[in-house]
Amino acid sequence: MKTKLISAAALVTASTLAFAGCAANEGGASTTTLTGKGASSQKAAQEKWVAAFQTANTGVTVNYAPDGSGAGRSAFIAGAAQFAGSDRAFKDEEMGAGKFAGCAATSNALNLPIYVSPIAVIYKLDGVDSLALDEATLASIFTGKIKNWNDAAIAKLNPKAKLPDLAITAVHRADDSGTTNNFTDTMAQLAPSVWTESASDTWPAAFGGEAANGTSGVVGAVANGTGTIGYADASAAKNVGIADLLVNGKPLKPTAEAAAAILDASKTVPGRSANDLAYKLDRTTGGAYPAVLVSYAIVCETYKDASVAKLVKSYVGYIASADGQQAAAASAGSAPLSATLQAKVKTAVDSIK
Amino acid sequence: MTNPSAGLIGGASAGKADPKRVGDKVFGALAGASGIMILVILAAVATFLLVQGAPALFADPAKLISQGYGEFASWVLPYAFGTVWAATLALAMAVPVAIGIALFISHYAPRRLAQPLGYVIDLLAAVPSVVFGLWGAELLAPAVKGLYSWLNANLGFIPLFSGQVSGTGRTILTAAVVLAVMVLPIITSLSREVFLQAPRLHEEAALALGATRWEMIRMAVLPFARPGIIAAVMLGLGRALGETMAVTMVLSGGRSISFEVLTSQNPNTIAATIALNFPEAFGLKTNQLIAAGLVLFLITLVVNMIARWIVSRRAEYSGAN
Repeated sequence: MKTKLISAAALVTASTLAFAGCAANEGGASTTTLTGKGASSQKAAQEKWVAAFQTANTGVTVNYAPDGSGAGRSAFIAGAAQFAGSDRAFKDEEMGAGKFAGCAATSNALNLPIYVSPIAVIYKLDGVDSLALDEATLASIFTGKIKNWNDAAIAKLNPKAKLPDLAITAVHRADDSGTTNNFTDTMAQLAPSVWTESASDTWPAAFGGEAANGTSGVVGAVANGTGTIGYADASAAKNVGIADLLVNGKPLKPTAEAAAAILDASKTVPGRSANDLAYKLDRTTGGAYPAVLVSYAIVCETYKDASVAKLVKSYVGYIASADGQQAAAASAGSAPLSATLQAKVKTAVDSIK
Repeated sequence: MTNPSAGLIGGASAGKADPKRVGDKVFGALAGASGIMILVILAAVATFLLVQGAPALFADPAKLISQGYGEFASWVLPYAFGTVWAATLALAMAVPVAIGIALFISHYAPRRLAQPLGYVIDLLAAVPSVVFGLWGAELLAPAVKGLYSWLNANLGFIPLFSGQVSGTGRTILTAAVVLAVMVLPIITSLSREVFLQAPRLHEEAALALGATRWEMIRMAVLPFARPGIIAAVMLGLGRALGETMAVTMVLSGGRSISFEVLTSQNPNTIAATIALNFPEAFGLKTNQLIAAGLVLFLITLVVNMIARWIVSRRAEYSGAN
């Protein structure tokens, strides 16, 4: 009896949902709700973009669920999200026409960089106000090869600093994250002889160190500790020291300009359509701050539903505009895309059908 | 379980067509349904864990390495160890204190002090775990790191305190202290209730025979209360094993099996591992995390069964009969 009632109720709910879905997908009635899902790194920026976009376009609703890059990509593949936010572009083997449920059968996905954020190396060391580390030293600290702050390698780079005889506690993210992926990729590219693991969302277990949950957890652990060092989104680095990275002898700070420069110096992944802006980041370029997180908006080349395409075009178009990038920089501390890249993303967005 | 008075009432009403019988029937059915509901819920949870975890449990290890977190048994073992280890440390600290508080409230404190103290302890149980987590990560960990360095420097020859001391204090010992504070009210409340039920006559007899208060407690109260204490400890253990949020926020967890309690390299717990990784997990990784949940479910089940067994074995020797 009970189960019958429940199943009847479920049926009613399901059919209502199904009908609602039909109504939303009908070509005649234009869609007014856009659903996005993905990277939590974009959370603050997406909130700002959604608020600004909805103010400018009354009657339109944009939802962005910051459930994680992997969840976003899965939802986009299944057609459950109309665009995905992801800390990495789709890989070559994941791309392909017809693989995406929300896109037209002949359509591939487009990876568009929309959010660039420098990753700062943060530390807490009483009496040391400025710290500079080169790539090999930094990698050695995080791999556990350099264990003490008074190590000769650190002292050589910081002749003026009074380095204490204190053990280094290197803090990394305990959860899977795009920040870890980009930081480990930076280490793997810059100091391959020390950093023997490849880039990954999960911190390499072989290197050990201290783990903390989320960006705020890492910043909190570093700020409350003694002799700690960690990595976090530059915008979140409060109450801690920020180390300069010495790349080829040049000290670099995690500033917006230095971070955005990396995309202009890098090349897109070869063999894709001209409008796909998936970058293979070249972190060894001189002058550009190497530890940068680039987060993408993943959209369809051609949507099944033209009204969705229209909405995606105007929303992602706004994100990539100078206004949108400035808004994110102000609220989320991201690095605005350079004018050249803004123009490239605009061309790509205009091509969405 | 067979209560003679309940049998008498049933027997008396069986013969006549008593109008109260309807109420009995309805209430009996409701109570029976509630009892069955618990079994159904438990079965539903177990089924969910089994069905969702199966793809990871029966997956090819090579596939788990490439798409999941790695081969299942070796992946989950450190977390299972961490779960049990953290809970054991927490209980080692919480149980003596909890029994002490309970005895103080039930047998030592004056009435005027006992009642408010009881309320305060119950209040502690109402604090959400995320608040305990914040307290542990922001206040307790920075506060104890000095003590940890001292322990490490002076008592480092004890394996428990050896190793490279953590610079943040976010170790398994800190996590265990937070857990201990969280399970304290559960164990205290239950123990206090049991102590209060110790037969008054036994206590008075002990005192009349010239026993001091401590001897009276040892002879008349503790033997009577032993099964109750064990049940209370097991309930506390259940909370400690499954606690997620506080451990996630406080513990610097990894995948190492180590008994050192002052280092950065601590075994994480299963619950915290699931909470940490679930948001970004997809595909086989999700299955693997749910399979880890199944392992936690089994650990809890085994612990509870052992507890039941101890309680049933000790019951005959206690003063209860």
